[in-house]
Amino acid sequence: MDSVTFDLAQIPLRQVNTFLHQHPEQKTGKVTLLNPDGAHSIAVGLNAAIEVEILGHAGYYAAGMNQQGTVTIHGNAGPGVAENMMSGRVHVKGFASVSAGASAHGGLLTIDGDAGLRCGISLKGGDIVVGGAVGSFSGFMAQAGRMVICGDAGDALGDSLYEAVIYVRGQIKSLGADAQIEPMREADYQGLRELLDRAGFSYSPAEFKRIASARQLYHWNADADQEY
Amino acid sequence: MNTHPAIHREESWGYDRRIIHYIQNAAAHGLYEIRGMGAKRQLPHFDDLVFLGASLSRYPLEGYREKCFTETVLGTRYAKKPIALKIPITIAGMSFGSLSANVKEALGRAATEMGTSTTTGDGGMTLEERQSSQTLVYQCLPSRYGFNPEDLRKADAIEVVISQGAKPGGGGMLLGQKINARVAEMRTLPEGIDQRSACRHPDWTGPDDLAIKIQELREITDWEKPIYVKVGAARPFNDVKLAVHAGADVVVVDGMQGGTAATQTVFIEHIGIPTLAAVRQAVEALEEMDMKGKVQLIVSGGIRTGADVAKALAMGADAVSIGQGVLIALGCNSDTYVQNGGHHSAVEDYMALGTAPGYCHHCHTGQCPVGVTTQDAVLEQRLEPEVGARRVKNYLQTLNMELTTIARACGKQNVHHLEREDLVALTVEAAAMARVPLAGTSWIPG
Repeated sequence: MDSVTFDLAQIPLRQVNTFLHQHPEQKTGKVTLLNPDGAHSIAVGLNAAIEVEILGHAGYYAAGMNQQGTVTIHGNAGPGVAENMMSGRVHVKGFASVSAGASAHGGLLTIDGDAGLRCGISLKGGDIVVGGAVGSFSGFMAQAGRMVICGDAGDALGDSLYEAVIYVRGQIKSLGADAQIEPMREADYQGLRELLDRAGFSYSPAEFKRIASARQLYHWNADADQEY
Repeated sequence: MNTHPAIHREESWGYDRRIIHYIQNAAAHGLYEIRGMGAKRQLPHFDDLVFLGASLSRYPLEGYREKCFTETVLGTRYAKKPIALKIPITIAGMSFGSLSANVKEALGRAATEMGTSTTTGDGGMTLEERQSSQTLVYQCLPSRYGFNPEDLRKADAIEVVISQGAKPGGGGMLLGQKINARVAEMRTLPEGIDQRSACRHPDWTGPDDLAIKIQELREITDWEKPIYVKVGAARPFNDVKLAVHAGADVVVVDGMQGGTAATQTVFIEHIGIPTLAAVRQAVEALEEMDMKGKVQLIVSGGIRTGADVAKALAMGADAVSIGQGVLIALGCNSDTYVQNGGHHSAVEDYMALGTAPGYCHHCHTGQCPVGVTTQDAVLEQRLEPEVGARRVKNYLQTLNMELTTIARACGKQNVHHLEREDLVALTVEAAAMARVPLAGTSWIPG
């Protein structure tokens, strides 16, 4: 497939998404979307090794449930960018609103700027790298995967974490229930270095703290201290 | 000769043995009770309504000869491919994890044989249930365990679950003993730990967001599949309106008599409203929006018999959905199970759990004596898919026969022609909740 450009000011999004979904095995080129104008559900449900460039701001759920695709948003992203992403890569060049990467299973979500509340909530795998700060309740109930926060984190970071790991470079306003700061290990330094490189950030892994689950909420018992 | 005079015992109404037991347990453990199944106390129910069969002022149809149609179509509002069912009775969402893979397969087979749908649950879609179910509704739940776009595309309809009738406002609980290797993998959790599902969706926070979420699901599936929205009955009038406003093709209202695999007893007994009250409010919401018939209504929560189905339809539902009832059909609370062609007693296993057939609500333990709510490698074999499928098919078939025979007695050649005018109430409370007259009067309280 050759490169294709759609102007969303001229062509309905439904038509563009239909194009992106059809014949995924033939889609290897690049699709450029002009004038997104904050539309919702741009390039959702991709299942092809396709490259999509969104030239402007996207609304809710941009690149939602992405599989294989590489989506770059040259602007800001609304709530739920790359939600439930399975694989591939989503790159927000600007800021992301709430619930970025929520329940994502795989792939890499990079946000150059800040992300809002609840970033990486219910994360199930894959990686999220935020160049700036994240809002409160980020990483809530995150089960697997990694979150890297190069700036500060808001309240209740990592509340009720399972096996996901969060790395924070800046200040943490507060940790959520059952989250704790742990010593960085050699594997953390190596993995973080690689991840920062892939995301395009040059910070030293030595600047980061590791947050993981204290695993006190893993079993229903009298020692749970009513944290349930 | 009996030398002991009869002792008169009278327990306190406010502190009866049940409450005394509760306080003693709370004092001993400092933890609330978690259990399965539905409410233990009596609640206003469809049993409090009766049909006015035809006599002289109405003309009945011949019960064993004249055709009564049961075909039901769901999702006619926006979906390119609405769901066409042969009966208006569907199987509710219940998770793999809570239930064994054999059970999910049995439900799929039974639903397929009866021409109806079954539903996934909190735990994702198993291969067994997709292969065995001709029509499968895929739930999008707050936990998003095992949720992925490939299964979304394989589904025939999508149900966005907001809450459940047994626990509106509460998340799920699957205790660690049911998290075996396969369940753990599907839910991306370590084996053997408690799974506490979120009570709210991770990527939207209110009805306006829900509208956009529904749009996303439609876009991903190219607007082919009906989108259901399921709400636990608490404020069904407002919730149905908001679900319709958000773009639902079908609204599922789940009353408080609904079962659960595991949740706090205090939720089961004290949160939500009875199905009887919920269905009336849901229908009024649709009528007020002029959406009755355009957005279909499925009612669930304690639907057990063909009479319950008929009454729900007469109240204005387009279909019903059954969870706990089909589990009982499979063998839940039975004193025997069928394995390798033979009947085997499960009584000792119930006793080991501290319960007995007919009283069991120990789904949360994962030690189901008849292999329904378990992930135990030995126990799950006690429910063979073909045996379970046959029993559930028989159950659904019975319900459908009861439904049609009631409809014909009311003079209807189509079960969807049943109407509220066909009903009266036996109690003032039911009359007020259902807004049908008290039997023998024309009085509707309120």
